[in-house]
Amino acid sequence: MRYGFYISMLTTVVEKIKTQFPSFILEVKEFRDETTVHVKKEDIVAVCQFLRDDEECQFNYCSDICGADAYTPENRFEVIYNLYSIPLNQRIRLKVFVEEANLHCPSVTSVWQGAEWPERETYDMIGITFDGNDDMRRMYMPEEFEYYPLRKDFPLMGIPDSIPLPRK
Amino acid sequence: MNLEQAMDIRQQKILAALENKNTSVHFDDALDNQMILNMGPQHPATHGVLRLLIKLDGETVVACVPELGYLHRGYEKLAENVSYHEFIPHTDRLDYLSPLMNNTAYVLAVEKLIGVEAPKRAQYIRTIISELARISSHLLGVGALAMDVGALTVFTWTFREREKLYDIFELLAGARFTTSFTRIGGLAHDMTPEVKTAITQFIDQLPEKFDECIKLLNTNRIFVERMDGVGVISKEKAVAMGMCGPNIRGVGIEHDMRRAQPYLVYNELDFKIPTFEGGDCLSRYYVRVNEVKESIKIVRQCLEKIPDGPVHANQPKKVLPRKERIYTKMEELIHDFMLINFGVNPPVGEVYHAVEGSKGELGFYIQSRGEGHPWRLKIRSPSFMNLQSTAMLVEGRMISDIVAILGSLDPVMGEADK
Repeated sequence: MRYGFYISMLTTVVEKIKTQFPSFILEVKEFRDETTVHVKKEDIVAVCQFLRDDEECQFNYCSDICGADAYTPENRFEVIYNLYSIPLNQRIRLKVFVEEANLHCPSVTSVWQGAEWPERETYDMIGITFDGNDDMRRMYMPEEFEYYPLRKDFPLMGIPDSIPLPRK
Repeated sequence: MNLEQAMDIRQQKILAALENKNTSVHFDDALDNQMILNMGPQHPATHGVLRLLIKLDGETVVACVPELGYLHRGYEKLAENVSYHEFIPHTDRLDYLSPLMNNTAYVLAVEKLIGVEAPKRAQYIRTIISELARISSHLLGVGALAMDVGALTVFTWTFREREKLYDIFELLAGARFTTSFTRIGGLAHDMTPEVKTAITQFIDQLPEKFDECIKLLNTNRIFVERMDGVGVISKEKAVAMGMCGPNIRGVGIEHDMRRAQPYLVYNELDFKIPTFEGGDCLSRYYVRVNEVKESIKIVRQCLEKIPDGPVHANQPKKVLPRKERIYTKMEELIHDFMLINFGVNPPVGEVYHAVEGSKGELGFYIQSRGEGHPWRLKIRSPSFMNLQSTAMLVEGRMISDIVAILGSLDPVMGEADK
């Protein structure tokens, strides 16, 4: 396949994170020439800061942040950071696990200002609160909506009467 | 909770967000001047259903809070419940100004996941339709921007050109708006010689007609003065805010997925990435104008180079078979049955694939668990990230500049709200 042209640069990035933060990294995965690094939740801001500022990483562009519901008893939710480096033209994906009992995750808005809306969207859809993001409002759903629609236990057809509708 | 209480909570929270916003602009005398204005969701200059809450000091914007979600249809939830093929029509409705581009972006992500590559001819056709979609989208973007700042004629002229494009799309895909033209591993069907002739005719006459439109604007003092120096954003801020597409190239950063990580056949083509240093509305407008010209070049090269051959990958267990063969061949009937009922079943894993959409980096992040439908599908929509800078751009400007800034960001709410 043709996707493998930026892989050699990424191995140095992964090695750098491993030497810099040996205790922070849980797992490194490769699939279709894309690298996913699992990071401990508490350390995500430090890792992001390092990835943005280091000479050989320069991940200055936060492409996307999203959440996913694995629907398992442990490590049920995950937050996924798709990062891109404009100067060095490389991509990396970070991932943290969030427990159902403690739905909090540190916010990376101090690293990339543009992470604010994707974090709000993740809060709206999955229900993870980002500590440090000042504007934790719903992104799409109404403010009084009590559920998180992208969780796997939310039915596709919605929940009747969950949104008050105007009277005719 | 009844409706009145619910509405009350919502309004209070939005108002609180507006009041708490950090701003560099201050009132002389808050008692005399403060005013809160609600713009949208039904406002012609918001290009859809975007709502802006604006705090004003006289005519100066002090703070602004954009409210999204009026067009939220839950496509990410829907994607988890339909097969990979069944999601293609939904991608039409994301950026409804360039549906062919979204079709291409989505199938490229799925093909990366399942490990199929479309044949050369299909890739050329996909490049052609992507660039035609970009032309169509930029024609509307430029026309609507001109209309927002008061030059109505250009809008009707660019719409005349888009009308010709829609006729081509109808000839090509059978539908003008919701095309659903691509398939995993190929296309719905091959491009006929009539379509090729129609596209050639279109791109032959477009430069002249487009120059007529642009002449009306570039020499129009009112237009230039309303755009020049309005909505300025710095390089660092644009990158930090995740701006993309023509908007980030309007601050002088050459960030383009077609050049950075070439997909389809872009590495075989000769084209420039137009950038302008200004970072204001006028620069963003110039980038779009120049991109239309580059797209014409790309389409012309593709039409010359396009090879003959099949438009479907030869992977019967992943790619839908042809209708006429389903009726006559046993294997194709079995494969069709398996693909329709159980899906393509990609391996367990996750991919993110981004293309340069007409509005910016359009990416699909797919998590697969080996089933016929995605476990999680996230759409990285460029309009969403571009809109995020609105509040920053309008702060301290006059209220009439808001329409110019929104028009120059060129958001599509179908994509921003998903």
